[in-house]
Amino acid sequence: METLLGIDYPTWWFLVVGALFSGYAILDGFDFGAGAWHMLFKQNTSRETALKAIDPTWHGNEVWLVIGGGTLFAGFPVFYGTLFSAMYTPFILFLLFIIFRGISIKFRNMEHMPWWRTMWDWSYSISSIMLAFLLGVVLGNILNGMPLDANYEYTGRGFFEFLNPFSILVGLTSLALFMMHGAIYLLLKTEGKLFDRIQGFLKKGMVFFIVAYIITTGYGFLFLDHLLVVFEENKILFVVPFLVFLSIANVPRLVSKKKYGWAFIFTSITIALLLVVVAFELYPRLLLSNPSIENSITIYNAAASIKTLKIMMGFVAIGGPLVLLYSYFVYKTFWGKVKTDSEGY
Amino acid sequence: MDVEILSRIQFAFTVAFHYIYPPLSIGIGLIMVVFESMFLRTKQKEYEVLAKFWTKIFAITFGIGVVTGIVMEFEFGTNWATYSRYVGDIFGSALAAEGIFAFALESSALGILLFGWNRVKPWVHLVATWAVFLGSMFSAVWIVVANSWQQTPAGYHIVGEGMQARAEIVDFWAMVFNPSSVDRLTHVWLGAFLAGTFLILSVHAYYILKGRFVFLSKKAFKITLVFAAVASLAQLFTGHSSAEGVAVNQPAKLAAMEGHFEKSAPADLYVLGWVNKEDKSVTGLKLPGGLSFMLHQDFETPVTGLDAFPEEDQPSQVNAVFQFYHLMVAIGMFLIALSLFALWQWKRGKLFEKKWLLWTFVFTALLPQLANQFGWFAAEMGRQPWVVYGLLRTSDALSKSVQANQVLFSLILFFVVYLILFLLFIYLMNKKIKSGPDSDIDFDNGSLNEAIAKEIAK
Ligand code: HDD
Ligand code: HEM
Ligand code: HEM
Repeated sequence: METLLGIDYPTWWFLVVGALFSGYAILDGFDFGAGAWHMLFKQNTSRETALKAIDPTWHGNEVWLVIGGGTLFAGFPVFYGTLFSAMYTPFILFLLFIIFRGISIKFRNMEHMPWWRTMWDWSYSISSIMLAFLLGVVLGNILNGMPLDANYEYTGRGFFEFLNPFSILVGLTSLALFMMHGAIYLLLKTEGKLFDRIQGFLKKGMVFFIVAYIITTGYGFLFLDHLLVVFEENKILFVVPFLVFLSIANVPRLVSKKKYGWAFIFTSITIALLLVVVAFELYPRLLLSNPSIENSITIYNAAASIKTLKIMMGFVAIGGPLVLLYSYFVYKTFWGKVKTDSEGY
Repeated sequence: MDVEILSRIQFAFTVAFHYIYPPLSIGIGLIMVVFESMFLRTKQKEYEVLAKFWTKIFAITFGIGVVTGIVMEFEFGTNWATYSRYVGDIFGSALAAEGIFAFALESSALGILLFGWNRVKPWVHLVATWAVFLGSMFSAVWIVVANSWQQTPAGYHIVGEGMQARAEIVDFWAMVFNPSSVDRLTHVWLGAFLAGTFLILSVHAYYILKGRFVFLSKKAFKITLVFAAVASLAQLFTGHSSAEGVAVNQPAKLAAMEGHFEKSAPADLYVLGWVNKEDKSVTGLKLPGGLSFMLHQDFETPVTGLDAFPEEDQPSQVNAVFQFYHLMVAIGMFLIALSLFALWQWKRGKLFEKKWLLWTFVFTALLPQLANQFGWFAAEMGRQPWVVYGLLRTSDALSKSVQANQVLFSLILFFVVYLILFLLFIYLMNKKIKSGPDSDIDFDNGSLNEAIAKEIAK
């Protein structure tokens, strides 16, 4: 197989898609996290400030999902078709909440009636929580593996198969992780009383995450042997989970020193590293077939043609820096604490 | 009902709903760019007021456009898994290009467009407005390319067999510039301009009729009218060119659009009619030999009819395809007539004097929307039974693992949610239009105010 710098194209593409989804998880992660806390803000002004903290940028963040989806579709069409149809119900629910979250942010401030605002606040917050949870649930199912036939079609049945203990645990962990991440983001954007309240939330968020993380990891160790194989074969890879551990431990330390900017960087790193662990656990598989292992989807049997992958590498090489440039410019424009008088539309 | 029919209904419903909004965003975006550019050039306050007003409306259409678009991207995987595997190479790359090159630009710049009026310099803001507009134009490019490829595949070869068969790119540019891409893209762009400009005309005609914001509205109306007229006329040419292309590349579709059954015979052109599939006839008003003339410039040359195709390769809904197509063309003709008539009245200095004309404009906002929908329905139903023309049948394209009850559940869910979205859309549009442009200057009180406005703008 053709290679670039000694790495074959499907592997490159695995890295690209992985990087995009990490970017997405980091960016929309704090949006979801911020939204998850939303109903705990009691006053209208606090809620307004919390929304303004994400309003100019959330949409740009969501584009990472659109791009991630497109690159997954293009790069690994076999995986795209199987995963999305196997996870039909959670994906449809995900769409539902994406819709509600988007319109809640857009429409909340278009009317002044208190019931109108409260209604959108609820819709926004519930959607954010569910989105964070569902992302984890899908990831949990991928890690768990699922029954596939020789045509790589899912052979499971039923509405609720996507809910199993492990996927629920991963769902809760991702919710907790995003809540911690989002609380830190809000701290960077707020001041005064609101800032103090969020500090309290953050403490709870950190505890929630650490507990959820330990339980989920423990469950994985006990029941999902197939995830450990890579690490047992290459002991050196244990470095990565160790780095995850350091990075997580660093967050409370930085928070207690009130270095929130750094804490934010470390929750972001944690998200990225956790996905690196996932990548190691999977590679070169994308979806484990369970029980008939020979039907597993790998980056090789799922990949588009090498030609397409090359073309797309070109797109990413040109488009990637552009996307980063736009994001940089937008974040720079809206940098710093939310100004409560700043205009909207 | 089975998975196939439910999935088809769901896809048609969600995509048709999505397609209400992007054309509005693209069309309004065009005029927003025009207003804001004029403001920067002339420094006249009224253009700023207009630009800001239409930006608010844009925020609503854009918001709904975005949330409903993601649904379709996912649906390819959830409902059409076999199709996704089959076309992933081609379609996926178009979708990815769309995300990287179009949506990223559009949505980053959107933050500045909506929230940046006081945060960035005016020219930076204008750049952002341009970026949003161009971004939305690019979105149309890639998605229409992908769709055109499945209408007229090119630049690919097939590898694998049976369930594992897939189309792979061999020539990227041949894939992008497949035989129908250019015709259809220009047609779709113009359709979007029509949707946006006629909405703007409608709102300002309404203000003039009600005696509100008259000064602003007259300015806005005249500028927008020019764009609407040009787009209506141009639409005739791109549409004609599309039809010629369909005759060559998808003869069965053309035969269905025109209700032409005989295997190979000179064809009539129906202005309106009703297709009876059983006895293969059309009842209606026809121009004998008209279709032959349209396609070959003489009344004798035969045109391939539906009978040239085996039953299982013919679109099943011939009458629907015929009606959608004819309604679209009729609307196109009406838009041309209306906008030319209005230009003529303008030249005579009577544009705003005829109440009936203004009322006509108020209601015409709906027509380009309908034409856009009808056009897609004709194009997509005429493509049946193929999902990828000549290569993959719609019935083979489904997700094998999805159950009918799951699709029924999601269909009902989308139906309810979209109903809510639609009601919200109407409610908020109505509210924004009722409250009108925001300005501390009353432009309507004659030249004195105009002078003050100019003063303030300095
Ligand atoms: C690039 C792909 C693409 C694009 C841009 C569109 N469609 Fe499409 N459409 C499909 C890809 C597709 C499809 C996936 O190929 C479907 C699903 C089932 C089928 O036969 O084709 C389809 C089916 C389909 C049907 C059902 C036809 C039938 O089952 O008889 C309708 C009515 C539409 N579409 C309408 C639209 C509208 C209003 C669009 C405007 C936005 C549109 N399509 C854009
Ligand atoms: C099945 C086909 C389609 C898919 C999968 C699709 C996908 C999407 C997605 C994912 C978004 C949201 C992007 C974001 O988050 O910023 C979107 C928005 C948009 N789409 Fe579509 N789309 C389809 C059809 C079309 C067509 C035919 C057009 C052509 C005019 C179009 C034009 C746009 C535009 C301009 C936007 C930005 C939002 C707006 O302006 O309302 N889309 N689409
Ligand atoms: C004026 C006369 C018109 C003619 C002769 C015409 C012709 C056509 C033809 C032949 C197609 C099918 C193309 C295909 O299947 O590949 C088509 C599709 C379409 N038309 Fe028109 N059209 C006209 C007016 C309009 C107007 C006024 C609008 C909207 C405002 C419109 C919007 C569309 C859309 C959205 C499609 C689907 C996309 C496509 O396939 O290009 N058309 N038209």
